[in-house]
Amino acid sequence: MSHIAFEGTKEQMKALLSCISAHKGEAGALMPVMHEAQNIYGYLPAEVQTVIAEKLNIPLAEVYGVATFYSQFSLTPKGKHKVSICLGTACYVKGSDKILEAVEHELRIKCGECTPDKKFSIESCRCVGACGLAPVMIIDGEVYGRLKPDDVKGILDKYLQD
Amino acid sequence: MTVEQLKKIAAEKANIINVRRIVREQAEKLSRTTGYRKQVLVCGGTGCTSSHSHEVIEQLEASFEELGIDDVLIVKTGCFGLCALGPIMIVYPEGAFYSQMTPEHARTVAEKHLVKGGQIVKELLYVETVHDDGSVIPFSEIPFYKHQMRVALRNCGVIAAEDIDEAIGAGDYAALARVLTEMTPDGVIEEIQKSGLRGRGGAGFPTGMKWKFTRIAEGDVKYVCCNADEGDPGAFMDRSVLEGDPHCVLEAMTIAGYAVGAHEGYIYVRAEYPIAVDRLKIAIKQSRKYGLLGKNILGSGFDFDIHIRLGAGAFVCGEETALMASIEGKRGEPRPRPPFSAQCGLFRKPTVLNNVETWANIAPIILNGFHWFSSIGTERSKGTKVFAVGGKIHNVGLVEVPMGTSLKTIIYDIGGGIPNGKQFKAAQTGGPSGGCIPAKHIDIGMDFDNLVSIGSMMGSGGLIVMDEDTCMVDIAKFYLEFTADESCGKCTPCRIGTKRLLETLDKICSGNGEPADLEKIKEISEHMKSSSLCALGQSAPNPVLSALEHFGEEYNAHIYEKSCPAGVCKSLLNYYIEPDKCRGCTLCARNCPANAISGTVKAAHEIDAKKCIKCGQCIAHCKFNAIVKK
Repeated sequence: MSHIAFEGTKEQMKALLSCISAHKGEAGALMPVMHEAQNIYGYLPAEVQTVIAEKLNIPLAEVYGVATFYSQFSLTPKGKHKVSICLGTACYVKGSDKILEAVEHELRIKCGECTPDKKFSIESCRCVGACGLAPVMIIDGEVYGRLKPDDVKGILDKYLQD
Repeated sequence: MTVEQLKKIAAEKANIINVRRIVREQAEKLSRTTGYRKQVLVCGGTGCTSSHSHEVIEQLEASFEELGIDDVLIVKTGCFGLCALGPIMIVYPEGAFYSQMTPEHARTVAEKHLVKGGQIVKELLYVETVHDDGSVIPFSEIPFYKHQMRVALRNCGVIAAEDIDEAIGAGDYAALARVLTEMTPDGVIEEIQKSGLRGRGGAGFPTGMKWKFTRIAEGDVKYVCCNADEGDPGAFMDRSVLEGDPHCVLEAMTIAGYAVGAHEGYIYVRAEYPIAVDRLKIAIKQSRKYGLLGKNILGSGFDFDIHIRLGAGAFVCGEETALMASIEGKRGEPRPRPPFSAQCGLFRKPTVLNNVETWANIAPIILNGFHWFSSIGTERSKGTKVFAVGGKIHNVGLVEVPMGTSLKTIIYDIGGGIPNGKQFKAAQTGGPSGGCIPAKHIDIGMDFDNLVSIGSMMGSGGLIVMDEDTCMVDIAKFYLEFTADESCGKCTPCRIGTKRLLETLDKICSGNGEPADLEKIKEISEHMKSSSLCALGQSAPNPVLSALEHFGEEYNAHIYEKSCPAGVCKSLLNYYIEPDKCRGCTLCARNCPANAISGTVKAAHEIDAKKCIKCGQCIAHCKFNAIVKK
């Protein structure tokens, strides 16, 4: 689990509780609740998992088991800007590994890590389905396609400024 | 809603839709009856949205306002399939095919083409639609579309993806109406069985038989599930169907519900597909409003409703028992079978599960009859198959062809061949569970059995084209990295087998391979195939084994000669500057991140192998092809 202190707000907790009560009693409610909880907090810290376990009456071990099984659920906070590089096959044969290297080089962190100033985090993903634009990189939902390693710096610079 | 009301909507919309389906002269005539002088279709699929097709639509709307155009319909559709050319825009009734649109281009087309008396802006058209003599052909006649037969993708890129009336106008829900008013559940199953439809998700199990087992299974509650967890990296046909024609999936699931006796359905869809999820949500809402989902559908007394469940990035959840565990809110781990899902599936109830593309084939079979469907394809593989063609090929996109169409037709006639004058080396089908098809088998007819016979498999239809620059050992390693990462860890052969295979391949790629490693690969693979719990582990060795079979010499080169013939495996390569080609422009030295290149202006440069990190930046920047890897 993350060692970064939990900084949840009252509003976030309120949103979490209302999402839990909306799904309570529904068959297989855990996954939809965890998706929404991650949307609210950006990740799933122990504190949030504990609330989900208590309110849905599911053992915490099971909640933790689900949280660690799926790659989309994160136990550590992400950077302000989430940089995601597609390593699906179509992107890979078009050199997306070199794009990832360029991003790692530029941000001086490895894939899966977050910069010390919490500004950027890098992750890889398997196919967003934009294979026509391969290789692609996604930053905060914005897709950048037909990339060359040289393009990376210019794109990241845009996000550095804010 | 009643059947009559459904038919009324279909009749009202039919002409508008048909303008987009027929040849130009007729389309022009028909267009006059629709109230719209022209229709502009802009792709709103993931590929084109990623290249900002929404800005094209916004610009069109602004230009229409400015120019006072009020009789041209703008339609945001799903994927047209030719993703390499996005954003795509098509103008009917001409069928004019504008490619790689920008807002600036959209303004030009509005001002010059879409205004009254306007003419097609030839210079913005996709080049292959303009002949040398200046005549323009409709997009449906270019080679990419001409060789295709669109059944599952029939409405993708044709209708407005978020408008149920357009879907009905294009024929959605007509099959449901027929099923509920004219057919018995057994009659429906018989029709599907006789059609010969086999599941499009990977295993190719006969769909009708699956439905029948679920129908005869005992239980008062049964479920219908849709597998939209398209996990094969590089396959995106299911996403396109959900984005372009979500109603066809809802309709088919309802038909299956009626046939097997289920009243509830679940769609398990990847969370990585936000547009598809949104369109599904919209479609379900519209369908409920029209009474096409819910209680007493079309006055038949039959009830059916559908829920969406999001995946969370686990490849193994494409396996049916894992998928159902995930819908139940658990870790997506598979379990041993039997019992099969038809007897004991979701929430331990009899369940029928099909993938999106399979669902997309149901309504046409009901409407056109099993004879029609079984007349397409080969003896044991009926109908069409959608391939997601990607990698080293011109026309990256979705291609739907009759089963049995040759790989050569797909790659050269439809796909436009390999870019940059390179040679075709192999095509990978079936993703991480499949294998490669080497160039010598390029005439193979693509169907379930032929592909298995050469050590590959259909899988979900991902088709990655590779050229001479692709290293087959590296690609096998790529797939093993994927399966080792995605192995759920429940069973030992898969958990440990994928790791050991990956280690061995890593060893070979880094120049430390030994002859005995090849035997080790084969042995581990055999154990994994025979004793893994689910298809993920059973098929994980396929990419390695098929590469070994067809490209054994490449493995040998890595092991015996410590060289990578394709020039990919970094540890086996060194970069050199050929002194006679180098002009001393210093570009390479300036772009080398490791400061490994030395030399003075206008004199041949040199690479210090000790400092070189083999990133390839120098090659990318050299304008004189003076840098080689060997």
